[in-house]
Amino acid sequence: MENRYFQKEQETMPVEEIKKIQNEKLVKQVKYVYDNVKYYRDLMDAKGVKPEDIQSTADLHKLPFLKKDDLREAYPYGLLATDLKNCVRIQSTSGTTGKRVVAFYTQNDVDMWEECCARAIVAAGGTSEDVCQVCYGYGLFTGGSGLHGGSHKVGSLTLPMSSGNTDRQIQFMMDLNSTILCCTPSYAAYIGESLKEKGYKPEDNKLKAGIFGAEPWTEEMRRDIQNSLGIKAYDIYGLTEISGPGVAFECCEQSGMHINEDHFIAEIIDPNTGEVLPEGTKGELVFTSLDKEAFPLLRYRTRDICVLTRKKCSCGRTFIKMAKPMGRSDDMMIIKGVNVFPSQIEAVLLNNGYAPNYQIVLDRVNNSDTFDVFVEMGEEDFSDSPKYITKKEKELQDAMKAMLGINPKLHLVAPKTIARSEGKAVRVIDHRKRYGITI
Amino acid sequence: MAVKQLSIFVENKEGKLVTITDSIAKAGIDIRAMSVADTQDFGIFRLIVTDPEKAKQALESSGCFVSITQVVGVTIPDEPGALAKVVNVLARHNINIEYMYAFITVSKQHASVVLRVADNEAAEKILIENGITLMDESDIVKI
Repeated sequence: MENRYFQKEQETMPVEEIKKIQNEKLVKQVKYVYDNVKYYRDLMDAKGVKPEDIQSTADLHKLPFLKKDDLREAYPYGLLATDLKNCVRIQSTSGTTGKRVVAFYTQNDVDMWEECCARAIVAAGGTSEDVCQVCYGYGLFTGGSGLHGGSHKVGSLTLPMSSGNTDRQIQFMMDLNSTILCCTPSYAAYIGESLKEKGYKPEDNKLKAGIFGAEPWTEEMRRDIQNSLGIKAYDIYGLTEISGPGVAFECCEQSGMHINEDHFIAEIIDPNTGEVLPEGTKGELVFTSLDKEAFPLLRYRTRDICVLTRKKCSCGRTFIKMAKPMGRSDDMMIIKGVNVFPSQIEAVLLNNGYAPNYQIVLDRVNNSDTFDVFVEMGEEDFSDSPKYITKKEKELQDAMKAMLGINPKLHLVAPKTIARSEGKAVRVIDHRKRYGITI
Repeated sequence: MAVKQLSIFVENKEGKLVTITDSIAKAGIDIRAMSVADTQDFGIFRLIVTDPEKAKQALESSGCFVSITQVVGVTIPDEPGALAKVVNVLARHNINIEYMYAFITVSKQHASVVLRVADNEAAEKILIENGITLMDESDIVKI
């Protein structure tokens, strides 16, 4: 496939050029934030850093971090850098824990964000000939409006479906010949299942690509979605605090996401010490916006654990790539001294033909961690004999051991018996906390 | 000819068995035979009932995880050596019994037994050839 770009000049500029632009924009952005955001100015003052101390990206480490808690504390206007009359939009995070976080946008901010999404759509093969079905939720969530705006910028015919009503999604997909699907990976998998149930084969739809993000997914899920829909599935990354989807996106290589470095600087830090780690090291991803007007954030800690690498990419893009986040720093469990992420458990389940309906229960008995994983079995896994179930438990336990390096006690349980909260299974129950152990 | 057996997955938790027996009772279904296979974590409660399909529905609507398996039912005289004969016949023909259990005794003359084997048809053919009486669904209701 011929390499195509939405903004070729920016997306393929030499690395030295990227660095130069980042240096120039960073100096301006830091001064802008210092002058306009009291909350961050106080943080800088407390650390004894002045805007003039930041002359290039090499000085970035001097700046204080912003955390999710800061955004909650500054809610709603504390991090706003311009008058509300200059703002045209508010978006908000899903807010699964505690207070929501709201972000503000000027028209320039919206345009920048939509252009980032447009880059992602073009990288997935999108053109003005395409029909782009957006079934991310619309509203406060950035998924719907981000891809919607990106699709407009590309000139694709945009189907603003929002999420849910799968029958209608499928009817529009088939009747109006959708070629690009934008939604969460789990919803894409669900649409694939539903198409199959309705008797459609993968080649019956006109889809060629999907842009999936907003939740963790695995290579195994990618394979399943690609097979069931007959498409290429591309990952997209973003967060409301920084703009929304499109902060980073996958290209034809499907091996990590290019970060839009002309708008954002990415760093990897040690989540415990805050120390900046060298390229290629696993750590927490930190973003600094470079040209935002309403809600600029410097050194915002995403809590996502990943790796950054800058290698020559066959797509021609020069932007650094981030690997799919392997977990969140606040999801990470330390069990018997080993780091374990729920996403690893999920990968093993999907790879072994199980749905990702599971629960991890941690406890401490005789000063030693216990690690139990409960997994819902499929309808077909159960007949009349315990032998078969015990054998399946053993197989899955061995696969977990191979992935994690430690042995969980695996329990298969009946379908739909793991407690769910708002449709999502409660993933981790850590009883060790009652002994005052904070992991 | 085979008989339908309900298998119900039971986690080792309080009240699980109550749910099962209550929902069968409310559906007006009689239990004719039962057995339990258990491990440390869970058990499988096996039942022969008067209306297996209706029982399955009732159980599922109260949240139970149920499957139906075909098993072989035999009726033998209630006298010494009767069960030995059945077991011997199957052993001679290399048919393994995975598990077996008896029906509630309802007659002084006869006893009924459920046999779980890998190949129902082969087992039934051999049992018939050796003069052993098999049961079917209608016999279960009649008991």
